[in-house]
Amino acid sequence: MAKGLPKSFKKALWVYHCNSGSCNGCDIEIIAALCPRYDVERFGIRLVGSPRHADVLLVTGPVTRQMVDKVKRVYEQMPDPKAVICVGNCGNTGDVFYESYNLVGPISNIIPVDVHVVGCPPRPEAIINAVAKAWVKLETLEAEKR
Amino acid sequence: MKKKESVKTTTKTTYQIPIGPIHPALKEPVMFEFEIDGERIIDVDVSLGHVHRGIEWAGMQRNPVQILYLAERICGICSYSHPIAFARAVENACDIEVPERAEYLRVIHGELERICSHILWAGVAAHEIGFDTVLFLTWEMREKALDLTEYLTGNRVTKAIIMIGGVRRDITSDMVPKVQETLKYFKDNFEKLRHIFLDDKTVRLRSQGCGVLTYDDALKLCAIGPTTRASGVKKDVRVDQAYAAYGDLDIDYMTPDVLTGEVNGDVYDRIIVRLLEVKQSIDLIEQCLDKMPSGDILSEPKIPKLLARVKKTAGEGIGRHEAPRGEVIHYVKFDGENDNPYTWKARAPTYNNILPWIPMLKGEQIADIPIVAASTDPCISCTNRVTIVDNDKNSRYILNREELHRMSIEKTRRLMK
Repeated sequence: MAKGLPKSFKKALWVYHCNSGSCNGCDIEIIAALCPRYDVERFGIRLVGSPRHADVLLVTGPVTRQMVDKVKRVYEQMPDPKAVICVGNCGNTGDVFYESYNLVGPISNIIPVDVHVVGCPPRPEAIINAVAKAWVKLETLEAEKR
Repeated sequence: MKKKESVKTTTKTTYQIPIGPIHPALKEPVMFEFEIDGERIIDVDVSLGHVHRGIEWAGMQRNPVQILYLAERICGICSYSHPIAFARAVENACDIEVPERAEYLRVIHGELERICSHILWAGVAAHEIGFDTVLFLTWEMREKALDLTEYLTGNRVTKAIIMIGGVRRDITSDMVPKVQETLKYFKDNFEKLRHIFLDDKTVRLRSQGCGVLTYDDALKLCAIGPTTRASGVKKDVRVDQAYAAYGDLDIDYMTPDVLTGEVNGDVYDRIIVRLLEVKQSIDLIEQCLDKMPSGDILSEPKIPKLLARVKKTAGEGIGRHEAPRGEVIHYVKFDGENDNPYTWKARAPTYNNILPWIPMLKGEQIADIPIVAASTDPCISCTNRVTIVDNDKNSRYILNREELHRMSIEKTRRLMK
């Protein structure tokens, strides 16, 4: 955590998870990160039910054509400052689905991505690490505002 | 448009509730439209296709060994069921014999996935009725299953263990104690889980007589897996077709009357079936460890040789497998000139289990949507945003997943009073 930063992000970092057509592999690893073995709630990181409450957006999946406008809407509904984490290979590059006719992704084509997490699916440790990185970005943004 | 008008004239208090397609916790995006009269559900409509990634089309450009990776990523939770169904289809088309030891290893991995999936489901179901302690308890158990999966296959979720004509990794004698240790852990904790789900008053109040699927409806709508077995239909690929090593093992249909002596087809029965199946899976893995013969685990280790054989094949094959949610079927056809399939078709169990939602949900309350939906194991209800459209006042208000969840918890509290 950077020095002299505002208190606003020190304890409450709320995450919204959006599935843009993934295979559930990353999604269950995200839930696994919230459950007793990894337990991110002890850092104040929790999953919320509405993007309007969230600081960080976790996007999984390669973004199918039907999901493009929905992903954009979720992103726009989030209050500033916000960070986007792309979880999993297919959101980063398309992975095994790269040549499919129904993909609009990678996710960075649609919304700006701050942290990329690789792995198919990434381990919960990697996802927690990514959220910590997003934390630094949000704190820097807050500090700049002052 | 016509539908809306008819809604207006029939009753003053009919609402339409679209659910989905974004719901941020588990599972795929899918959209449901509910027609509500006060608290009662009158009609349900389903629209699918948000996760269409063109996998079958992409598969037709690749050879069967590459498709195994693609099949694995159809669903992250059934990441073993799809590749094995596909591999069995290719073996069926190309007449490839699988060594006996590999058949046993396939059963072990299949049953391990079933334990993982059913425990995951138990946690989600408990979460839906506001019993979050159990969610954490079951997911802690699930981590043990994932540890074992990682130990045996090298990865937690996508396992890449299946190969056409066998499996990639053996379970050697020095690995057996670790497997037995984990099985012992499950056995010790199974009683706790059984007690929570079957004896707890809260769970009984919320699940008994709720989301009923009758025997006739289950047959008519082609429900499969635990969903249909909970309605008393004896349907299980492992027994009906006895593929892999299932023929040598002691296995029977798990219907709720095994435990309670009666079949109601409600959510409670679906819980019973899944719990019994966890126990059955533990037993099957133990049987496999006892009976497993020694020998090869792969019939053709050289991939170019295998592909040459596929290239020469002209014909079609079908592979069936009993996935945790029901039967999964893969169909392939080769033209005899190329090693990529001419056609590849996969049918996942959830397709069959979506339609039974309509009779299950009709007449139920909004607060029951989460648990009824979760009882077929697509876990759709988690984290939905719901918009309620009031036709009379022409106003919209949004129920997010938390409010839906809160309504569900409130109902539990009401019942407990």
